[in-house]
Amino acid sequence: MIPYIACVLLFLIGLFVVISKRNLIKIVIGFSLIEYAVNLFFALVGFKRGALAPIITTPEQVRMGVARNFVDPVPQALVLTAIVIGLSTTALMLSLALRLYEKYKTFDISEIRRLKG
Amino acid sequence: MRGMSLIVRVMTGLLAGMLLLYGGYIILHGHLTPGGGFAGGVLVAAALILVSLAYGSVEQVERREYILSSIFESSGGLLFLGLALAGYIGADYFFRNAGFYYIGKPLQLISGGIIPLANIAIGLKVGAGLFAIFLALGASRFVMKE
Amino acid sequence: MEGRILPLFVAAPLAGAFLVPLLSKLWSRFSDIIANITTALLLGISIYSWLILNAGGMPLHYWVGGWRIIGIAMWFDALTALIIFIINTVAFCVTIYSIRYLDRYTSGRWKFFTLLLLLIAGLNGLAISGDLFNMFVFIEISSIASYALVAFGTEEEEVEAAFKYMVLGEVGGAILLFGIALIYARASTLNLAHLSQVLAGMGRTPFYWFVIGTLLIGFAIKMGMEPFHAWLADAHFSAPAPISAMLSGVFIKVTGVYAMCRLMFNVFGVSRAETPAFFNLLIAFGAVSMVLGGLLAYTQTDYKRLLAYSSISQIGYILVALGIGNFWGIAGALFHILAHALGKGTLFLASGAVERQTGTRNLEELKGLEGSMPATTWSHTLAAFSMAGIPPFAGFFSKLFIIIGAITAKMYWLAFLAALFSAVTLGYLTKVVNLAFFARKDEPRTGAKEAPALMVLATMLLVVLALLTGLGFKGVLGNLVGPAAKVLLNGLEYARLVLGG
Repeated sequence: MIPYIACVLLFLIGLFVVISKRNLIKIVIGFSLIEYAVNLFFALVGFKRGALAPIITTPEQVRMGVARNFVDPVPQALVLTAIVIGLSTTALMLSLALRLYEKYKTFDISEIRRLKG
Repeated sequence: MRGMSLIVRVMTGLLAGMLLLYGGYIILHGHLTPGGGFAGGVLVAAALILVSLAYGSVEQVERREYILSSIFESSGGLLFLGLALAGYIGADYFFRNAGFYYIGKPLQLISGGIIPLANIAIGLKVGAGLFAIFLALGASRFVMKE
Repeated sequence: MEGRILPLFVAAPLAGAFLVPLLSKLWSRFSDIIANITTALLLGISIYSWLILNAGGMPLHYWVGGWRIIGIAMWFDALTALIIFIINTVAFCVTIYSIRYLDRYTSGRWKFFTLLLLLIAGLNGLAISGDLFNMFVFIEISSIASYALVAFGTEEEEVEAAFKYMVLGEVGGAILLFGIALIYARASTLNLAHLSQVLAGMGRTPFYWFVIGTLLIGFAIKMGMEPFHAWLADAHFSAPAPISAMLSGVFIKVTGVYAMCRLMFNVFGVSRAETPAFFNLLIAFGAVSMVLGGLLAYTQTDYKRLLAYSSISQIGYILVALGIGNFWGIAGALFHILAHALGKGTLFLASGAVERQTGTRNLEELKGLEGSMPATTWSHTLAAFSMAGIPPFAGFFSKLFIIIGAITAKMYWLAFLAALFSAVTLGYLTKVVNLAFFARKDEPRTGAKEAPALMVLATMLLVVLALLTGLGFKGVLGNLVGPAAKVLLNGLEYARLVLGG
């Protein structure tokens, strides 16, 4: 149970950083924390104590029923996809932050207020 | 951007080739061992980024690299889509792993149907794409204006 | 029935998106040509699939790679047909429009079309997906493309709006993924049909409501519902006009409303009789969005910002109609999605034409464009009539259905509120028409030329479609919207059709 609570805590820390920090780069970091928390949670979902990695190396293993003692491979595949999505969003976010820095000469979000919201 | 000190450059010269080789290995063995197109592509991109950081580069070269990597990225995507369409046209199913004679031999490099080919396509796309991201971030001043 | 055509909905725009950067290096106009061919092709495929669907009577399905149940599922029923039709119609007009609109940007034409095609690929993929995780992936693909497109102009305001939009949108995406992880932890499946059967066996536990709540927050952010509306006005305001049309007309409805409806009605099996709490929640938030969006729109002086707040109000309409939960309510909601896509698409495209020709969007500076830009003026005016619910346009019938639904469900105050805010919509849209397009004889007029022919053509195409939808409302209701509403009302019937067929 503790790992799941830790995930939720990590999520909340990330959310806190995104909401409270004023530096654009720190916001990106906070967002990454949220991303990691969710990915970690998803990976934990497929965990089984004492189980093997889901790799079959010989045909005999299939007959011996080794697949019954595997961890669930689906969450791992999905988390990999989610990590790739996270990579592209982080890259885009950083490039937007750099663009904002070029325009305003500051990373401080409270000084970037051209829009009324 | 400017290059780095002599130590870094010498070490980079030693390391970059090995990194590229290892990236290629990971991409090609994606269907047998952990890793695959994405992980290998990241290694390839890391090697390219390392070289460009250590030796530095001039604007024209970077612009050319940017165009080149965007071309490679698109062709990687097209290759992946082409594999999917091959299954679609050949066996009625998008991404159908069929029509190849070398299917399913454990721990054989040439096995797994379209999976190794798809790994190569993804490796191309990720390697070129990450390098393009690096160039766009580091050199956004002139590349993005283009 | 076997839907061999379905993968093309994703493959065609992806192929276009990869070809554009390659071929545009040879000749920059290739990007226009490829994008337009792709969207025309997509429109053709959507009509063709709809014809197959109608001929066979059974939904089309497809398993990617031939892996049944465990593989990626694609699914094309009446609801998908409606959504796909909306996406590709608006996308078709928007690509035609973009050819000349992009002249105001000095470069980056190919980037625009690549991102636009990725956006379309994501939306189409989301509409046909029959798999929870793929829905998430396609939501993210279209979202990422939309963040980049909002920042396309790379001016201060645009990048700022894109950054705010991105932070909020990605937090929403993370919450959605969290909800999906929760579902997977309990159900160990991601196929929507299979999932609905597993969930039906679990009963209405606190866990069930917790998952619904988590997913609702994610979708509420994506659709710009009231407490999370902050990104919407800025993003719609700053994006290039064709992208505003895509975002407002299609994006918020497909990634927000459609995805929510599909999951809630067909997977979680909510229905007015069994889970009234969910529907009352939709009505509450919908009514708040409707009222606040409408009132905020009234106070705006910027053309596009006014239209953006109007979108929030119209999303409120759709949510209220869904919350009513009977046939007329849901049919009204789906009809309103269609009417709003056509109407608001036209309005945003017209606003782009005005901005391109006059260089300003401030309603106080625009005067009497009627003489100089007649086609844009009349497209705008007719679309505004449609949005405000004046017969015989599409918007009238959607609001009529919603009011009929509210009355048959004995929610008279909702019927009254809907009618009242129909008048408010008319009010703020007439304000635009009066200020920008018509002027008294003695007043000075803004000098401008009519927009290029292709832009006018795209704008008029959308408004003519809005008119035709209104005139032929019986046919549209019987063949497109009615069956789609039945898909939602039948709820768990979905699973039986997928797993049986």
